[in-house]
Amino acid sequence: MSTRTLACNGLVLGLFAALPVLAQSHAGHGHDHAAMDHSAMDQAAPTHADPAAPHEPVPALTDADRAAAFPVIDHGAMQHASTVNSLLRLERLEQFDGRHGRGQAWEASGWIGGDIHRLWLRSSGERAAGRTQSATVELAYGRAVSPWWDALVGVRQDLHPGDPRTWAAIGLQGLAPYKFETSAMVYAGSGGQLLAEAEIEYEVLLTNRLILQPVIEATLAARDEPEHGLGRGLGKVEAGLRLRYEFTRRFAPYIGLSHERLFGDTADYHVAAGGAARDTRWVAGVRLWF
Amino acid sequence: MKHRLPHGTGTPALPSRRHFVQGLAAGGVVAGLAGVATPLRARAVDHHGLAAAPRVLAHERLELAIGESAVNFTGRTRPAITVNGSLPAPILRWREGQTVDILVRNTLAHHPSSIHWHGILLPANMDGVPGMSFNGIAPGQAYRYRFTLRQSGTYWYHSHSMFQEQAGLYGALIIDPATPPPYAFDREHVVLLSDWTDLDPGALFRRMKKLAEHDNYYKRTLPDFLRDVRSEGWSAALADRGMWGRMRMTPTDISDVNAHTYTYLINGTAPAGNWTGLFRSGEKVLLRFINGSAMTYFDVRIPGLKLTVVAADGQYIHPVSIDEFRIAPAETFDVLVEPSGQDAYTIFCQDMGRTGFAAGTLAVRHGLQAPRPAQDPRPLLTMADMGHDMGGHGTGGHEGHGAHAAHAGHTAAGVHHPASEHRNPLVDMQSSATDPRLHDPGIGLRGNGRGVLTYGAMHSLFDDPDGREPGREIELHLTGHMEKFAWSFDGIPFAGAEPLRLNYGERMRIVLVNDTMMQHPIHLHGVWSDVEDAQGRFQLRKHTVDMPPGTRRSYRVRADAPGRWAFHCHLMYHMEAGMMREVRIEE
Repeated sequence: MSTRTLACNGLVLGLFAALPVLAQSHAGHGHDHAAMDHSAMDQAAPTHADPAAPHEPVPALTDADRAAAFPVIDHGAMQHASTVNSLLRLERLEQFDGRHGRGQAWEASGWIGGDIHRLWLRSSGERAAGRTQSATVELAYGRAVSPWWDALVGVRQDLHPGDPRTWAAIGLQGLAPYKFETSAMVYAGSGGQLLAEAEIEYEVLLTNRLILQPVIEATLAARDEPEHGLGRGLGKVEAGLRLRYEFTRRFAPYIGLSHERLFGDTADYHVAAGGAARDTRWVAGVRLWF
Repeated sequence: MKHRLPHGTGTPALPSRRHFVQGLAAGGVVAGLAGVATPLRARAVDHHGLAAAPRVLAHERLELAIGESAVNFTGRTRPAITVNGSLPAPILRWREGQTVDILVRNTLAHHPSSIHWHGILLPANMDGVPGMSFNGIAPGQAYRYRFTLRQSGTYWYHSHSMFQEQAGLYGALIIDPATPPPYAFDREHVVLLSDWTDLDPGALFRRMKKLAEHDNYYKRTLPDFLRDVRSEGWSAALADRGMWGRMRMTPTDISDVNAHTYTYLINGTAPAGNWTGLFRSGEKVLLRFINGSAMTYFDVRIPGLKLTVVAADGQYIHPVSIDEFRIAPAETFDVLVEPSGQDAYTIFCQDMGRTGFAAGTLAVRHGLQAPRPAQDPRPLLTMADMGHDMGGHGTGGHEGHGAHAAHAGHTAAGVHHPASEHRNPLVDMQSSATDPRLHDPGIGLRGNGRGVLTYGAMHSLFDDPDGREPGREIELHLTGHMEKFAWSFDGIPFAGAEPLRLNYGERMRIVLVNDTMMQHPIHLHGVWSDVEDAQGRFQLRKHTVDMPPGTRRSYRVRADAPGRWAFHCHLMYHMEAGMMREVRIEE
C-alpha cells in the first residue's frame, strides 16, 4: 500500500495549489452558504507560517504517560463470543399420500463451525407402513472457497434395510447467481460405483411469509448395478413444489406436491421388484430450524 | 440508475402492530426486583432542568455499581445490566477541567464488565476496553478510573464487554464547558435513544450467525415484481431483479436487526410510555440527543419545530437549521428548539428501515401528547448506494467536480481494493465508491420534502486545531458477508488482524471505503477523527464517523495519545463479528 499511498498523497497535496478555485465552486454549490464561505475563507487565509508544525504542540511524553499508555494486560482479558456457531434445519418433515402408498419423509441439514470451516450434516429418508424404507446420513467437512460456495468432502451412509451402503462424498454447495440454492455431490461406493446428485431450490415470495419453494433433484449412476436397483445413467428425478407459511422464521408449516420419476434400467429394476416408475404425492409438513 | 426512492416498495410502511412492540406505558426497572434499590427515574425537575430522565450524578468523586436488574419494557420481565439499578445508567455531569475519580464496582455474579467513556480524551489505561486498556473488572472487583476532562459537550458511556451494552449498560455523560457556550438556552433535556430486546443479546448474535436475514420481512415479492413490470416494463423490472439476483442480495436489507426484535426507547421509556420533557412556551430548549443503541440508526424530527444543530459528537459546529437528522449509533447531536404556540410536540425517531420508532413528547406539562406522524415509506437501496454508480448521480451528491479532482489519483487508476479482499470468502461485495457523498441525506431521506442534516452541512466552529497536512494515509475498506454475518476491515476479522501502528505525534489521514451494502458508524478511541470535506480539508471534528454504503470518506488523526486503542464499527454485533482493529500509537 505504501508506495501507492504516497503517490496518491503527492497528487492530493499537489492539488492543494488549486484549492482556492475549488473552494469557490464548492461554496457555490453548497446548501449552507454562510458556513461554506466561512470555511473557505479560513482555508484561503492560512494562519501558519510553518505547515509542518502543529498549532498545538504535541506534548513530550513522561514515564508516567508511558506507563499509563501501555499497562500490562492479561492474555484473554478481552472476551469474545464463540467463533463456533451452528444451525440445524429440518427442511422437510412431512406426511405424504400418493397413488402408491402413504408414509412420512424427512430431509434435514445442519452445520457447526466457523465462517470458513464447517462440519455439515445431512440426512433424508422415508418411512411407510411403520418401517423405514430408506435413510441416508451424510457427514462432511466443508470449506468456504468463495463468498457463495462451500467445497465438501465426507462420507455418506445409506441405511436402506437389507442394502446398507457406505459412500465417499465430494461436492459443492452454495448459492448460485439469482439465488438458486444449489448442491452438486459425487459419491463413490464399493464396486467402483459413482453417483452424481444435484439439487436446486428456489424461493418465490408470494408475500414475505407465504413462500413457494420449487425444488428439483436428479441422480445419475456411472454403472449398472441390478443388485442395488441402479441402472447406468439418469436414474431418478424428483420435483417438488411446496407452499409454506412462516409463522416465525423457525416454524413454517407447508403443503405441496412432489413428483418422482425413475428412468432407464433403474425404472425397470424398480418395476420388476414390484414398485412403480413414477409417483405423485401430496405432502403436508413443517419446516423447522434450531 | 433510476432513482426509485420516492416509490419505496410501493406499499406504505404502516407500523406492523403485530410485531412492533410499542412497549409498556410504565416499563422500566421492576421495583423490588432490582439488585440495587434505586428508583429508575427521578420524575422531579432538578436544578439542571432535567425532567423524567435518569438521575444525575454531578460529583467529581463517584461510585458506580454495575449489576443485574429486572426490567419490563414489553410485558415480559427480563434481566438487564444496569448502573446503580438504572436503565439508562445515571447521567454523569461534570465540568471541563475537573479531574474525576470514579470507582466502578462490578456486582455481577459471573461476568467481567467495563465502562468505556465514549469520545473522551484520556490516558489509555482509563479507556475501559478489556484487553487493550486494562483487564476488565472481574465479578466482585472494582476499578478506579481517574482522568482530567480536557473537553466539553454531550457524550455517553457504555460497557465494552461482550454484549452488555445491548443489555442496558449505557448512559449520558455531559461535560459543562469552562467558558460559556456560543449559544444560549433556558432549559435542557438529555434524549438518549436505544434499542431494547427481550432476547439474550448473545442469543441474538447466534441467531444472526444462523440466519442473518431473520428480521428482513420486507423483501420484494412476486406481486411487487408484477407491479414493477406494469409500471416499468418487463425489461427494466427483469434487469433490476437480475442485478440484485446476480449479487445474491436484497435492496431491503437496511438493518440487520429491526423492530421485529427491538423496542425503541427514549431515556429508557418505550413509545407507549411517552417520555416527556417539559418546557415553558418561548423558552430555548437544548436537546442533547445521544444514540446509545446497539444496532439502530434513528431518523429524528419534531414536527412543528425547526431544529438548530449546534454541536456534533460534543464539539461545537456552525449552527445548522434543519427539520430532521439521522443519528448513527454512538453519535451525539446538540439541538436547540424554541417551542411556542403549541402545548405538546412529538419527538419522533423512526428507525432507518421504517420498521418502528422511539417517540416521546416535549410538553408544557406531563400527560400531554401531540399526534404521532405516520412512518415514511420503506426505502430501497439503489445501485448508487452499493457504490455501483454508473454515472447517474441521482443521489443528492453535490460534491461537484472538486470531489473527483481531489481524488483524481484514485479515479484515474480505478478503485484499489486491498489484496486481502481478493478471493476472500468473507467479502461478498466490493464497491467502486470514490465520493464521500457528504451532502447526501442518505437512504430513505432523499427528497422527502424536509430539510435533512448532512455531514456536508456541518462545519466545526473552529479551524483545524492541529493545522498540519497529513503526513501519510492509511486506507481501510469496510468489508463483510451479509449471509454469514461476518464483518471486517479489508476482509480480515479482528481475531486475525495486526494492529494499525501510528507514530506518536504524527498527523495522518484515515481513508475509509465502504465495500458493503450496510451503513457503519466507525469509532476510533483515544483521539479525534477530523472529517475532511471532498477536497481533503478539515471540516468536522467527530469521534464516530458514519459510513453510508457507497461512500469513501476521509478524516485526519492527530496521534497525540500513546497506547492501544480500539477502532471499530459501533454496530455492536458488527464489532463482535470482526469489524474491529487495534490502533497502536507508539513513540
